[in-house]
Amino acid sequence: MEITFRSLWTIIHGMGFGALYLLACSGALIELYRLTCSSAPSESTPGQTRFLKIYLVTMTALAWAAVLTGAYVIYPWYRATPPPGTVDLSMYPQRLLMSRPSTSGWHSLGMEWKEHVAWVAPISITMVAFVFIRYGRDLVNHKRLRAAVLGFAAASFLAAGLAGFFGAMINKAAPAQGGPTIHLREGAEK
Amino acid sequence: MLAAGIGSFTLAVLALAADKLAPIKSALVFYKPTGPLSGVTTVAILVWLLAWVLLEMLWAKKTVAVGRVIFVAFVLLGLSFLLTFPPIGDLF
Repeated sequence: MEITFRSLWTIIHGMGFGALYLLACSGALIELYRLTCSSAPSESTPGQTRFLKIYLVTMTALAWAAVLTGAYVIYPWYRATPPPGTVDLSMYPQRLLMSRPSTSGWHSLGMEWKEHVAWVAPISITMVAFVFIRYGRDLVNHKRLRAAVLGFAAASFLAAGLAGFFGAMINKAAPAQGGPTIHLREGAEK
Repeated sequence: MLAAGIGSFTLAVLALAADKLAPIKSALVFYKPTGPLSGVTTVAILVWLLAWVLLEMLWAKKTVAVGRVIFVAFVLLGLSFLLTFPPIGDLF
């Protein structure tokens, strides 16, 4: 049982940061709605509000970790240029995708959109966390602002979802491979 | 909030400019392995943070039309989604 260094980083980026962010985002949307749109003040305690602030800050860190590892660790492997005459493109995912009409769209539409729209997620959720830390449960008294916070959180979820979907599909069609092999476990011989 | 909209929109405009204009594309290569994406995102983040600080300073003790600000922020956010979508970006 083994994994390559690049595969490990792809898992850390996609499942460690990206998927965890998406899971957290769905929870945050519900909690933000519940906490800021309910009319009864007794429904949330200061402890719950503090918990949501910490939760949003953690989400912000996850979102930034996802885009930074994507752009500066995995993307360089993805867009690497093969030496002239290279026939086996398995180590060059972008070129591998573009070499076949059946997969070129995953780059020209999928990656081209993902690499940019993904950054909307951390920018939006940073703003959401900042506004919630500043206003807390007082957002109940600012109808437009709380609607905007929910809107930006939803936009962040959408951006991360698009990036996650295309990332998963691209990695399925042309995975980032290579680097040192990490042995996780010895398999039993048959 | 408006700063987040400005930052997202800047990112989309820079991505579009880097895709269409070779001099801008090469000028935005801040880190060669990542290519122009490094410059597009770095500049957009700087614009976002700068806008955030400036708006914070300008509006800290002022009453602003929140509805209008939120509307503009969402328009910019929506445009950033649209402009980064390749079939729409290719229209320019």
